Amino acid sequence: MFPQLELLLPRVAKPVQYVGGELNAQLGDWDSAVVRWALMYPDAYEVGLPNQGVQILYEVLNERPDTLAERCYAVWPDLEALMREHGVPAFTVDGHRPLGAFDLLGISFSTELGYTNMLTSLDLAGIPLHAVDRGVDHPVVVAGGHAAFNPEPIAAFVDVAALGDGEEIVGDITDVVREWKAQGRPGGRRELLLRLAATEGCYVPSLYAVTYAQDGGIAAVEPVDERVPRTVTKRTTTDLDSWPYPKAPLVPLAETVHERASVEIFRGCTRGCRFCQAGMITRPVRERTLAGIGEMVDASVRATGFDEVGLLSLSSADHSEIADITKGLADRYEGTNTSLSLPSTRVDAFNIDLAKEISRNGRRSGLTFAPEGGSERIRRVINKMVSEEDLIRTVSEAFGQGWRQVKLYFMCGLPTEEDSDVLEIAGMAHRVIRAGREASGRNDVRCTISIGGFVPKPHTPFQWAAQCHPDVVDDRLRQLRAAVNSDRKLARNIGMRYHDGKPSLIEGLLARGDRRVGAVIERVWRDGGRFDGWSEHFSYERWTAAATAELEPSGVSMEWYTTRERGQSEILPWDHLDSGLEREWLWDDWQEALAGREQDDCRWTPCFDCGVCPSTGTDIEVGPSGTALLPLAVVNPISSRPADSAHGGVDPGG
Amino acid sequence: MARVRPGEAANPAAPTVVRVRLRFAKRGRLRFLSHRDVARSFERAVRRAGVPVAHSHGFSPHPRLSWIGAAPTGAASEAEYVEIGLTRPVDPAELAIALDSALPEGIDILAAAVAEGASLAERIDASRWVTELPGVDPELLRTAVAALLAETSVVVERLTPSGRRQIDVRAALVHAEVGTDPATSGVSPSTGTAASPVCATMATVVRQTTPAVRPDDVLGALDVVAGLVPPVPAKATRMAQGLLDHRGDLADPLGSDRVTTRA
Repeated sequence: MFPQLELLLPRVAKPVQYVGGELNAQLGDWDSAVVRWALMYPDAYEVGLPNQGVQILYEVLNERPDTLAERCYAVWPDLEALMREHGVPAFTVDGHRPLGAFDLLGISFSTELGYTNMLTSLDLAGIPLHAVDRGVDHPVVVAGGHAAFNPEPIAAFVDVAALGDGEEIVGDITDVVREWKAQGRPGGRRELLLRLAATEGCYVPSLYAVTYAQDGGIAAVEPVDERVPRTVTKRTTTDLDSWPYPKAPLVPLAETVHERASVEIFRGCTRGCRFCQAGMITRPVRERTLAGIGEMVDASVRATGFDEVGLLSLSSADHSEIADITKGLADRYEGTNTSLSLPSTRVDAFNIDLAKEISRNGRRSGLTFAPEGGSERIRRVINKMVSEEDLIRTVSEAFGQGWRQVKLYFMCGLPTEEDSDVLEIAGMAHRVIRAGREASGRNDVRCTISIGGFVPKPHTPFQWAAQCHPDVVDDRLRQLRAAVNSDRKLARNIGMRYHDGKPSLIEGLLARGDRRVGAVIERVWRDGGRFDGWSEHFSYERWTAAATAELEPSGVSMEWYTTRERGQSEILPWDHLDSGLEREWLWDDWQEALAGREQDDCRWTPCFDCGVCPSTGTDIEVGPSGTALLPLAVVNPISSRPADSAHGGVDPGG
Repeated sequence: MARVRPGEAANPAAPTVVRVRLRFAKRGRLRFLSHRDVARSFERAVRRAGVPVAHSHGFSPHPRLSWIGAAPTGAASEAEYVEIGLTRPVDPAELAIALDSALPEGIDILAAAVAEGASLAERIDASRWVTELPGVDPELLRTAVAALLAETSVVVERLTPSGRRQIDVRAALVHAEVGTDPATSGVSPSTGTAASPVCATMATVVRQTTPAVRPDDVLGALDVVAGLVPPVPAKATRMAQGLLDHRGDLADPLGSDRVTTRA
């Protein structure tokens, strides 16, 4: 259907994002494929294309001989309006086929703020918004990603939530669909959903009945069929070396948020930061080996031409062989203008040798650290054990070695937080500038403090916590700005970036909501809600009005879902979804947090029984791997010889 | 080059010893690439292809690619030009083949030549375009074009990054003629663009001006003189760039020593 779309493209902004055709894009044969997936990232192309989850599943599925996967992203409102006017359905960017023609529509949710965009795509595709209204020919809508660990707010719209690592579960789902189709689709859609519900890691919301108690809480969550398990446990991919995806990362034609190749150097994190959902739900730690990383970096650089390789994980400097990895890669790419980046680095795991290796062959950007909390006390509460002395020492050394800028990330609105905890951020920033000037002998050092509102997330020790009201967050940030500016001479070297706290409250509603929140999402979408992760499109008033209209008849409210602290015995909407963590351990850790006591990292200290390894049948996989990074000869396909202009007519075959 | 400060690594950029000029096409759905998108694709392709490209100095080294007169977003082209600075001499044909296979399908290298003599900018002062207008009656278009050519000045307004600009389309328009069938006007017919069986085509030669007169501006001028508005978006393809000779033909900017890589 590209010809239909092509007529609309000259009339929209950045049409290149809708045409596909990126380097390393794949277009499988439609007719010979038995199971066809559309994979969606429910945000703009520039955000969605670099997403590693989608790229991994795209390759894994397309490698299967009988399976095809195409990608799609959210369309901006200008194209949406034209598509409605001209009757053009939601499409994939690879084959430009209508989403409704696929067997499965997989949607990866990194954040809850993509929910309204899912509804736009379903609607544009002509797929009924409500799973219950779908027939045997409609695609099975599968939600994945971190937000799928509490899919209850979107339970009405999705058929399946896939919990945990996607590499293997997409194959299992494909097998179930293939077999059902080969048998002539017995029992229709309901039989297919029952079979999927019996597949490890697949949660089918429509096969569970939720009842509510007088106090507004959940009374019970019951499977409606004996083939449906009472709890669904997440999937965990072990031995990352055997899953070296993406092998050929997509190279976008349009500009995107991350212009680099990314290699995931380990998955999972046991630092135990209590606010961090990613760290909790991706346990245990599984490292890729030095040799495996080296091969992936080489393949990525060759396949893409990117000049930067990001070594991704939740805390990259924590890889047990990180020094060998960075030194080895810096040696290998010496003189090639290929730079490395470590997007998530801890102050205490950081050292200057590492930073020097990373910047040896390319651009020296600023250094970024995330102390997360302004005071020692609040950092104990959140279990982010970074001392201010460590930070100042690290920063001084960096400034002494030629760096000119550091960025510091914090959160505001953390449990037990008081004004004074936030105001200490100002003192920390002042010390950074003083230390930087002293170490560098220059006045032009810079420190940027970036502050986000804290949102309590499911499957973390803070899942019971009261979310801080945005008015309180905004007030603390106003006070912080005044405190930063109290010393003019230091303040001129300090930048402060924060967004207002209102979107965080909505994220909180969606993160810890139950099925009743689905009506709020739908009303917001019907009232024009789109791209809620973008401040220019987000409307707080639209969300609060919809929440009032849809929730109050049930006796609950925005406040009930967000700023209310939960008790130990309350049934949480996601209690029947098992991330591996023992509920009791989470509660104990929440109590430890309230008492201001920290918890160690089990990679280097004894197990503290969070429950993941026994319940998911996994174990920590860390080095030393006993492998080495082999130097690679840089192959240069173009020989060096003088220009010979005498011959012509060569065909590059492109 | 600035002196290297203590604690900062020197940028070991090798100097440019030779430049190669390339003619390339922007085709099919890749016509929706903006110039920045094309530039990024080339920067990555030179790395993938192992082209010994020279880099700028400093702490954000950039590959030395020089562009001239890029076709606008949405316009296809058979005649875009770029000059690449190299750190060692290479066979331009070999470079063209390697680069072509490293570029996405739809950006296709057509010819290459070692840069000699006058600069590309000195070798280009006009473009030849073919514009397909699905749903437009060729007779109506012929009348509108005649009306445009009969004027000495037709001004359209365009929003540019530097504000609203008045552009005299007629002054830059060297030649315009109407055809009826894309197949006979020298451009391959686009697949399925025509929503209606009627499709007029227009061939134009436009002198390089600042700001450049784009195919859309010519259509704007046809609206001004004759009220002609295409029912669906037109599709323009740049067929050639070069120096305008006295017969109205464009001389190939790569000159006689070019290496063609494609029939």
